[in-house]
Amino acid sequence: MSVTVRIPTILRTYTGGQAEVSAEGGTLAEVISDLEKNHTGIAARVLDDQGKLRRFVNVYVNDDDVRFEQGLETATPDGAGVSIIPAVAGG
Amino acid sequence: MAAQTVASTTDSTVDLGPAAALSCRECGHRVPLGPVFACEECFGPLEIAYDFSAYDTEELRKRIEAGPANIWRYAPLLPVPADVAEKPNINPGWTKLVKADNLARELGVTGGLYVKDDSGNPTHSFKDRVVAQALEAARAFGFTTLSCSSTGNLAGAVGAAAARAGFRSCVFIPHDLEQGKVVMAAVYGGELVGIEGNYDDVNRFCSELIGDPAGEGWGFVNVNLRPYYAEGSKTLAYEVCEQLGWQLPDQIVIPIASGSQLTKVDKGLQELIKLGLVEDKPYKIFGAQAEGCSPVSVAYKGGHDVVRPQKPNTIAKSLAIGNPADGPYVLDIARRTGGAVEDVTDEQVVDAIKLLARTEGIFAETAGGVTVGVTKKLIENGLLDPTRTTVVFNTGDGLKTLDAVAGTGLTATIRPNLESFREAGLV
Repeated sequence: MSVTVRIPTILRTYTGGQAEVSAEGGTLAEVISDLEKNHTGIAARVLDDQGKLRRFVNVYVNDDDVRFEQGLETATPDGAGVSIIPAVAGG
Repeated sequence: MAAQTVASTTDSTVDLGPAAALSCRECGHRVPLGPVFACEECFGPLEIAYDFSAYDTEELRKRIEAGPANIWRYAPLLPVPADVAEKPNINPGWTKLVKADNLARELGVTGGLYVKDDSGNPTHSFKDRVVAQALEAARAFGFTTLSCSSTGNLAGAVGAAAARAGFRSCVFIPHDLEQGKVVMAAVYGGELVGIEGNYDDVNRFCSELIGDPAGEGWGFVNVNLRPYYAEGSKTLAYEVCEQLGWQLPDQIVIPIASGSQLTKVDKGLQELIKLGLVEDKPYKIFGAQAEGCSPVSVAYKGGHDVVRPQKPNTIAKSLAIGNPADGPYVLDIARRTGGAVEDVTDEQVVDAIKLLARTEGIFAETAGGVTVGVTKKLIENGLLDPTRTTVVFNTGDGLKTLDAVAGTGLTATIRPNLESFREAGLV
């Protein structure tokens, strides 16, 4: 499964400045693992020491907040768009 | 490059008064002042770190008391240049702290009950406080377009501030907001865009726009300028204490949308204590939500540290943020101070709007109904002590949410003569 991952500004140092990158994986966990292979260090920014999504990171698969779905086990269908967004916005 | 890098993020020469740096609330990582909002290490929220070391308490108190009757009297404690009062801005604040004796009698409060009525701000909500701060940051960082994601009140405040300061504005709201808020946001002449979705969808869109070339040069007051913007809520704490004669209240009831206001009110109170401007004594902070959007209240009652997002469904649309950014900090503060977080139904919100209007002549928007309703519930549940000094926030004007009390209307319709008046039973 190939997906497009939208990278927030604060993580673009890991992607050479690219705002979007491709990654492989059938679940969000697999996508993040694949991202780490190609952009070393990025997983530790998104996941905490226990391997869970950090509490100030929002991740969407297409239009769905993965916290309303299955978290890191949320399916990432072929062609899906994954967005990683800082949660500390708004209000 | 993205908007976050339009202005230099390493420029520590920018003049924002006592603001010294940005510091991550989660991990303490510090970066120079700039238009950035999330920690590059852990995604935590960046906050303003100040240097207040030069202040003498009594000189500071005199300086504040001699200042203008708006938030700029507290300029020495805010991320703004010293000459901020001379710049074109909307100059909000110094709103009334109403001693609500009639409401106190209804609720059985004997220790003194006050309503901090922020409907008196230029665009009739507390949002003018935070936008005024963000405008100064936008000016300092060289932005010329102001933007935001909004549940309505913020859109109006941004539109007005941009108009006054000669900025372009383009703001984003859920497409189905109350008509009063839509008109109040549109009338200032900026661009107003409805998004097909709820506030959290709008917020997500703005967060993505900020990282795209389309958002280049834009100052999003509650995204890339959020560290500065959020500080505006501290002025509520400063004003309440100064208006109480430089004393801390015992209890404060604050509405929760993102949780930023409550968090910064606590920060403001702590600063006053550290600066010696008020006597250090315990205070309790209570958070108020509507049942139809109560992620923080649910987490509080469940004993959780993590806030699980909800899909909002409430008439209190200005509080309808299902994924509140500062929710975890609200939980920390409510627990640390011995307060609580509670919620009320939409029916209780409407009853509370009418109660406040009937007893104090203050017409609150739905968020004010939430705080008054929650105050009543907290007293009934024994969580709020009626013998202590209590301040309840009204953060917006009821004229913005007329639909909430749409059933209220004429007592009678009569012909223009005394006979008809008597027949209507009005004598």
